[in-house]
Amino acid sequence: MTLTEKLLARASGKAFVRPGDNVWVNADTLLTHDVCGPGTIGVFKREFGQNAKVWDRKRIVIIPDHYIFTADSLSNRNVDILRAFVKEQDLPYFYDVIDDPEGHWVFDAAKGQLKRQYGSSYAGVCHTALPEKGHARPGEILFGTDSHTCMAGAFNMFATGIGNTDAAFVVGTGKLLLKVPQTMRFFLEGELPVGVMAKDIILHVIGDIGFDGATYRAMQWDGPGAFSLNMDDRMTVANMAIEAGAKNGVFAADQKTFDYVDARIKRNGTRSEYTPVDPDPESEQSFVFDKKYDLSKLEPTVAQHPDPGNRALAKALDKVKVDRAYIGSCTGGKTSDFIAFAHVVKGKKVAVDTFGVPATPLVVEELRSTSIGGDSVWSILENSGVLLTENASCAACLGGPVDTFGRMNKPMVCISATNRNFPGRMGHKESKVYLASPYTVAASALTGHITDPREYLS
Amino acid sequence: MASIISGPVYVVQNNIDTDQIIPAQYLQLIPTIPEEYNKLGSYAMVGLPESLYPTRFIDLEKGESKTPYKIMVAARNFGCGSSREHAPIALGASGCEVIVAESYARIFFRNCIATGEVFPYELSAPGLSQVLKTGDYVEVDFDKDEIRTPHGTFKLNPLGEVKPVIDAGGIFNFARQNGLIPASS
Repeated sequence: MTLTEKLLARASGKAFVRPGDNVWVNADTLLTHDVCGPGTIGVFKREFGQNAKVWDRKRIVIIPDHYIFTADSLSNRNVDILRAFVKEQDLPYFYDVIDDPEGHWVFDAAKGQLKRQYGSSYAGVCHTALPEKGHARPGEILFGTDSHTCMAGAFNMFATGIGNTDAAFVVGTGKLLLKVPQTMRFFLEGELPVGVMAKDIILHVIGDIGFDGATYRAMQWDGPGAFSLNMDDRMTVANMAIEAGAKNGVFAADQKTFDYVDARIKRNGTRSEYTPVDPDPESEQSFVFDKKYDLSKLEPTVAQHPDPGNRALAKALDKVKVDRAYIGSCTGGKTSDFIAFAHVVKGKKVAVDTFGVPATPLVVEELRSTSIGGDSVWSILENSGVLLTENASCAACLGGPVDTFGRMNKPMVCISATNRNFPGRMGHKESKVYLASPYTVAASALTGHITDPREYLS
Repeated sequence: MASIISGPVYVVQNNIDTDQIIPAQYLQLIPTIPEEYNKLGSYAMVGLPESLYPTRFIDLEKGESKTPYKIMVAARNFGCGSSREHAPIALGASGCEVIVAESYARIFFRNCIATGEVFPYELSAPGLSQVLKTGDYVEVDFDKDEIRTPHGTFKLNPLGEVKPVIDAGGIFNFARQNGLIPASS
């Protein structure tokens, strides 16, 4: 069996499954947030009753992150709906915006977008926060009410996005009926050259197989090149499986996985037992697609407007002028992403409006405590002219309410370290978004047109 | 339900993602609250760029809150992008009843069934969205699994076991009617 088949077989209590089998899968964790949580709660109560109890209070993780730093009153209300449900069900894993369990969340626009407005338990972008808070465990099943839930495949999990109705079913029963997907194998060899990042791998592959090239399928990352990637890089690759239509992306676990996961479980005191799934011998895995990629041959890559599969090399797009640059999101807002960005912009000034949104409050802390040549990453970005906020969230990656930090409220061209670029994704529906690595976004911010970052890195 | 749905068609092309079906700025609306459900319906397909789609699915400037198009025809990968269930719900709430596409993104397809909001029919061959124009009169025949248009009749892949679930109004209603879960909670 492939990794995905092994994960689903174990979670459905079967010795063996094959692609196309429909199986009832036991969930280990259900993740939800402020945009889909209230609707999920609504369906749960409508279908299971007003006084129904969740299937397992320790397996539901609620991380508000989407529309937090906005004056939109309905968005603020939705965080309050989550808090009320958490209180009613006595759920231990709720990463509230405010510290007062009896309080109400109201964003204060007068304080501006840059200064911190959250309390001590707020966790930021759910997919980055989930492993950070000790909820990623190899070998487990994660369902989330968000398409980028697939990011946790980096940790040897079966992780996939579902809708509110399916999520409500999981909240009530702990199970979901799934079809076992076929597996596509991406065998990575070699190591990434200077100036090329994990983001370039996934943009290259999506360009190769197309925006729907993995629809209904699992993307399995394998080979020495996959294991050469650190956990942040694996998260970037797994995150964008959905941009090729995949059900999930998955890596085998190695010592890097265990070190990352165990440190965070220990720090947060979460459940520590887990059993990874190991790959079966080559002869016992069957792939519907199997292709080798030599990482050392990759170059800085861009997904052009209007879809993530519209691939080009950065160096071929130097005529494309940009009005804005953006670094942030689950995909591109990790500490390592900002460090890469800082290496390019250190001592220079950005030429276009550039917005930086750390994925989590911990990333904010790490940007302050990490130095390059005696300056903190945070100060390097600020001194280069980046508008950098402490308010970690999804922000303008998905547009959001009109007062969202970094949102494009008129037609513009933006180069972004985020994950999706269909029309209107970051705000105005006539704007154009080009997806790229943090290096390429940084170099393009300095020049005002799409720029191969290698000339800025030695 | 009626075995034929007929009327003017709305035609879209590849990769209509959930941001175009219901833009992210409206996701604070909670689908299980009736007023907000209706509001979501009024914004269905508002994310389509005017430059590509000058005829609107719902003419907000004329004060419409429902669509005159019960049938939508699309090309590949309809409903890609986010997992938001607001997308099939917005379509259903707008008065759209059936989508006929060359292919669907996985989560959107599943959400159509789970909510019972709209029928996701698949064309058996590509090309219809290229010849059909918004406003053309079409008939979708659920018995014959075909769509009849001014440009000919096109076969649809049978909905199979999906149809009774959507007829029932979604997965929970279906499960209750068929004894898969207790009839009342």
